[in-house]
Amino acid sequence: MIDRRQFLQATAAASLLVGAAGLGPLGRVAAQQRLTQADLLRFGAAGTFTLLYMTDLHAQLPPLYFREPSINLGVGEARGRPPHLTDEAFRTRFKVAAGSADAYALTSDDFIALAKSYGRMGGVDRLATLIKAIRAERGADKVLLLDGGDTWQGSWTSLKTNAQDMVDVQAALGVEAMTGHWEFTYGADRVKEIVDKAPFAFLAQNVRENEFGDAVFEPRKTFEKGGAKIAVIGQAFPRTPISNPAWMIPKWEFGLREDDVQKQVDEARAEGADVVVLLSHNGYDVDYKMAGRVKGLDVILAAHTHDAIPEAQQVGSTLIIAAGSHGKFLARLDLDVKDKKVSGYRFRLIPVFSDAIAPDAEMAALVGKIRAPFEKDLARELGRTETLLYRRGNFNGTFDDLICQAMLKQRDAEISLSPGFRWGGTLTPGDAITFDALANATAMTYPACYRMEMTGAQMKAVLEDVADNIFHPDPYFQGGGDMVRVGGVGYSIDVSKPVNQRISGLTELKTGKPLDADRKYVVAGWASVNKGTEGPPIWDVVEKHLADVKTVRLEPNTSVKVTGA
Amino acid sequence: MSSTFTPSRRTVLSAGAIAAFAAALAPRLAFADEKMVADEIKKLYGDKKIDAGKIKLDVPQIAENGLVVPITVDVESPMTDADFVKAVHVFADGNPQPGVVSYTFTPDCGKASASTRMRLAQTQNVVCIAEMSNGALYTAKAEVKVTIGGCGG
Repeated sequence: MIDRRQFLQATAAASLLVGAAGLGPLGRVAAQQRLTQADLLRFGAAGTFTLLYMTDLHAQLPPLYFREPSINLGVGEARGRPPHLTDEAFRTRFKVAAGSADAYALTSDDFIALAKSYGRMGGVDRLATLIKAIRAERGADKVLLLDGGDTWQGSWTSLKTNAQDMVDVQAALGVEAMTGHWEFTYGADRVKEIVDKAPFAFLAQNVRENEFGDAVFEPRKTFEKGGAKIAVIGQAFPRTPISNPAWMIPKWEFGLREDDVQKQVDEARAEGADVVVLLSHNGYDVDYKMAGRVKGLDVILAAHTHDAIPEAQQVGSTLIIAAGSHGKFLARLDLDVKDKKVSGYRFRLIPVFSDAIAPDAEMAALVGKIRAPFEKDLARELGRTETLLYRRGNFNGTFDDLICQAMLKQRDAEISLSPGFRWGGTLTPGDAITFDALANATAMTYPACYRMEMTGAQMKAVLEDVADNIFHPDPYFQGGGDMVRVGGVGYSIDVSKPVNQRISGLTELKTGKPLDADRKYVVAGWASVNKGTEGPPIWDVVEKHLADVKTVRLEPNTSVKVTGA
Repeated sequence: MSSTFTPSRRTVLSAGAIAAFAAALAPRLAFADEKMVADEIKKLYGDKKIDAGKIKLDVPQIAENGLVVPITVDVESPMTDADFVKAVHVFADGNPQPGVVSYTFTPDCGKASASTRMRLAQTQNVVCIAEMSNGALYTAKAEVKVTIGGCGG
């Protein structure tokens, strides 16, 4: 029988080296190049079956650097609650030593030095090694591999192959079910074409045909592992037609549909499910609220907001697993099932340190084959950076500062806007900026860099609207993502205020003058959700800019002043 | 089903990138407010007491398309000759006109349930009033956010 307390202890980040006492923190081992694949896989199989979970891969095939946010504010009840903890506060909460391998994987400070010590993370060939090893250890019939979505978008190869590269990788990994969000930006026809042929299930209970409300996808699927019946309910990103181009999926409606989640749970139980899992692209805070309102969910596999939380979080009797993004982590959850109920669990968020894991040869060959036709483009060096280039953070990131500067210069604009995406890799000082790296931060199906006029009042309205999407105190009114990045303009934001009262002090940075509410400004931006948006693809704009500046050197961005946190 | 909804004078901006900001940038027209909704209800029912409860008002928290926002109203009632829902009225406090739709029911309806789609010009409250056969009144309210879109994740 599995002791729940013992499980809980095993989940603590501080005891990541379960059974390897005396070796010290994982970090030092890695730094001394003694961190091994075995250390990462050490777990102690428990219970009836193993659930493996990865999410928000954003089409990253090779290993990469990915810096976690230094600012990740929670509002309302989520304030100070995981995942809204960063750096020191995060390490204190999860007992992670500063400078350790776990600190490098999970927090942002000292990133440059730690990146040198611990190297790149992720890589689907490394993921394949871990997954194969765990299947071999437990027996494949006791392992269920699930994917939380945002898998098909985020690289040049995924864009150019219409996601076929990622579908092939998922098939090779043995993914059994997924749900989606950015997947839908390939358009309804392509999504349906893939789903009809894929060897895995695409589950989305909350996507409906908008005339009669018919289900577009399979809502749930039951798997049998280790003798247990596991019902997996899919929940696609509920705000897809608002956050991404609705015209690409004109006949589909989304939404939270909480009552329907409950119905799915009840039906699954009635059909004899022992374990009910919500494979959710809601975003963490939405999942947290839903966990407290929908009865009978054993596990929520959280996605969308890219949070990496080294312990399973619990709301009532529901476990929430947040497994990060970009292939940095593989979540392993062993569940014990007794009398048709979950009676215990053991969890580990396995950091995928690429230097410590032997690449799986078959997967490495597949990645090579996928990238070969594009290798000339991918390897093209556009410039170099002397500044750490990253994206994650609520208000700005240096990669977006670069993109905003490129738009100001290349599109002759006074103000530039770059969406608050959470995907895209990190480059360390001294790195070459290859087209591959640029595409990792920009590749998407609606990349036009538009140029238009907006008044100061309109600019404020836009910032207010986006801010409400992130800082509305009720997570059911949030859409995920970070604040839109702004070039050429500074502002103050009080995140504790209600909509239309958060933004103040809009200032034109060049002149230091307040933005004139009535004056029209020339604005450049990209990733408009509207059909027929005109302009060059954003990667061309940034490439041109890099050809001009050659070396990127960015001053710290102090143009956004944050209060109320 | 009769709709008292008046089409907005606002034309939808649809050309080019500016449409991204259509909802936020629409020219400011005179919109209804909470008081106008209260006045409409007063016109129908005077100062009669209105209780919370009985109504399940199903609207999205965030509209996927402000032009066609789905709404479903269910009122708890046995729908017998002795006890049934007579009417349901829906109002929106941020549209050019507060009225959205009014339904009337008879016991023969079997249940007091209705669905339609409404246009919402901006983020606002949708207010629903149910009049029972014994004269009792119930209300429910829900905020629907109409946003300009754009994304993170």
